[in-house]
Amino acid sequence: MTTMAERTHTTSGAPEPASGTRTLSFSKAINEGLRAAMRHDDKVMLMGEDIGPLGGVFRVTDGLQAEFGEQRVVDTPLAESGIVGTAIGLAMRGYRPVCEIQFDGFVFPAFNQITTQLSKIHNRTRGAVQMPVVIRIPYGGGIGGVEHHGESPEALFAHTAGLRVVSPSTPQEAYTMIQEAIASPDPVLFFEPKSRYWGKGAVDLEAPVGTDTLNTAHVVRQGTDVTLVAYGPSVATAIKTADALAEEGRSAEVLDLRAISPIDTAAVVASVRKTGRCVVIHEAPVFFGAGAEIAARVTEECFYALEAPVLRVGGFHTPYPVAKHEHEYLPSVDRVLDAVDRAFAH
Amino acid sequence: MTTTNGSNEAIPTLQLLDPQGNRVTTRGTKGYRDRAAALTAEDLRGMYRDMVLTRRFDDEATSLQRQGELALFAPSRGQEAAQVGSAYALRPQDYVFPSYREHGVLHVRGLDPVDRLRFFRGSDHGGWNPTEHNTSVYTIVIGAHTLHATGYAMGVQRDGTPHDKNDGTAVITYFGDGATSQGDVNEAMVYAAVNDAPVVFFLQNNQWAISEPTTRQTKTPLYKRGEAFGLPSLRVDGNDVLAVYAATQEALERARLGQGPSFIEAFTYRMGAHTTSDDPTRYRTSEQEEQWRRRDPIDRLAALLRSEGALDDDFEAEIKAEGDELGAQLRDGVRALDGGSAVSSMFDDVYATPHGTLATDRAWYEAYDAGDPPASQYAIADSAQGGAR
Ligand SMILES: Cc1ncc(C[n+]2csc(CCOP(=O)(O)OP(=O)(O)O)c2C)c(N)n1
Ligand SMILES: [Mg+2]
Repeated sequence: MTTMAERTHTTSGAPEPASGTRTLSFSKAINEGLRAAMRHDDKVMLMGEDIGPLGGVFRVTDGLQAEFGEQRVVDTPLAESGIVGTAIGLAMRGYRPVCEIQFDGFVFPAFNQITTQLSKIHNRTRGAVQMPVVIRIPYGGGIGGVEHHGESPEALFAHTAGLRVVSPSTPQEAYTMIQEAIASPDPVLFFEPKSRYWGKGAVDLEAPVGTDTLNTAHVVRQGTDVTLVAYGPSVATAIKTADALAEEGRSAEVLDLRAISPIDTAAVVASVRKTGRCVVIHEAPVFFGAGAEIAARVTEECFYALEAPVLRVGGFHTPYPVAKHEHEYLPSVDRVLDAVDRAFAH
Repeated sequence: MTTTNGSNEAIPTLQLLDPQGNRVTTRGTKGYRDRAAALTAEDLRGMYRDMVLTRRFDDEATSLQRQGELALFAPSRGQEAAQVGSAYALRPQDYVFPSYREHGVLHVRGLDPVDRLRFFRGSDHGGWNPTEHNTSVYTIVIGAHTLHATGYAMGVQRDGTPHDKNDGTAVITYFGDGATSQGDVNEAMVYAAVNDAPVVFFLQNNQWAISEPTTRQTKTPLYKRGEAFGLPSLRVDGNDVLAVYAATQEALERARLGQGPSFIEAFTYRMGAHTTSDDPTRYRTSEQEEQWRRRDPIDRLAALLRSEGALDDDFEAEIKAEGDELGAQLRDGVRALDGGSAVSSMFDDVYATPHGTLATDRAWYEAYDAGDPPASQYAIADSAQGGAR
């Protein structure tokens, strides 16, 4: 485990690292995490469309090209298969590329490279070649975007062995998890909940890195009656639901998964054995979604502890709807409460 | 037929109208000049009208977005000659595959202006029936539609459609300088070339892909991409409506005659922001914007028309009135789109045939929406599915 304070800075003449605890937006927290990782290791480089002078369409890479130069912050051609494919080659040459995909819906030109190449090279070379590639993807809805700007494709990647799939839920997590993702020798699909980009939170810029956030869930709130399992944008929904339940005298435990590949089954099981009820929340379609995997595992491991079947709240089996209708599609507090009621009715 | 356009290399570029609006008679362009000469004064006035109305559509849509009536808008300002000029060369039976910025093309194709904003309002993923105007819906995933255009053209080929420069059928696809980097676009050219498919690749090189200048996409002039795939390829001054018209007509006729695909690079400029969410001051200079403002395609055609006595105050007033009418139609029409489709319409048309999982989700949503959420999704599944699985 290294901490920021222990790290030596490889970039000479760079401004002093930001330190202490500050209030940052989610996007700024990732920006600071990227900056810290780039200062820590000069093999870290960023690649993507419009990430240079523009700083990315969400400004996550704002100022990084000015600080680290065009060799380390690369405005790529408009070709996602190229972004990931060349990142693989760069990784083979010892670099740690962090790729930005501009929006969820635009990762698919790179799907081939991610699923047939990136995920398998370590395995095919019997561990001789590692793939420390991070693919950052703004995902999820709720921002009134047009088609392809609100989707949650994480399950498509979680289904592929060799990839790690994670999603932070708070600025602090984003700051730490991006650094741990970059440090990972495995490829990481890093899903950034775009509806949270502007939300602010306290971020300890000296928080330790190496805390295993890519493997472990985090209990956000302790409770006794029902476990709400969420990740990314849905954690905030789970917390609001827990608040509402508290007013009704029901005690909900909120579990922030952080990773959906791997799933921290032990944490989920421990919680559900305690509460006896489990509701999984995600924006992605329920059908073949992460919730299905969790429900199956909970059923296998907690069968005798369960008071009710595991319920899922998420997207329908439809294309992500138009902006005018997206709030009916997204898992709302009301829909989660409804699921909790159903769980209690058993 | 040569301009330098700021680079050291002289790049052959077809121009029939200079930025001051004078007809240009360069050697080697006679065939194109003849095509342009076949346009009557009435045709030219029509082009002018459509270019001005396209810009009006842009301005109205941009302000509707500012007022919160649209989720997003991608203006075409500066590209009116490239769009209107090429669309004038199309015939009704030809098929168009646009990206998302082809407001001038869609206007000339006769698509309803309110329908064209449904997508940008966030009330529809499409907006119109492609078969009604032989014009596909917008494609947001960059370059994907160029393959669809090529496949459609391969279908035309197999239909035994007559090989005739007027009555044959051509396909045209519009895409940008950024799109030329996508694998799909390059694959489309491979497929078109080896199949001799009747498709025209119409590239609008507007100098920018959001914040990235064309130098981030290419080391060669982009029309050479087409050439390398074996397609007859030409760069035209994209702000010269006559050159665009003549070059596109030639390429479409080649396609209709069964002589295979072509590639046109219309060298133009995105005068506005990438979209209403963009801030170009972060990546480009006002000098560049000013330089291109002096090459405004509408001013250029206006100058020609005036010098040929085809533009007077009455006609300008007529167009202005038409623009005002369009503005009112858009403002009323776009606001009226609300309530047009129920939330439950998200469950419509996902499949052409009944699908059990979808039916269950819809039934659950409708019960929930009615305030009567069922205890179990499966309790309602059977009745909802009506036997369809
Ligand atoms: C596959 C894919 N990647 C990224 C994007 C995001 N994006 C939207 S428009 C655009 C730039 C397109 O530039 P260009 O092809 O030159 O067309 P223009 O917008 O200039 O008309 C980008 C990167 C996208 N829509 N699709
Ligand atoms: Mg462009």
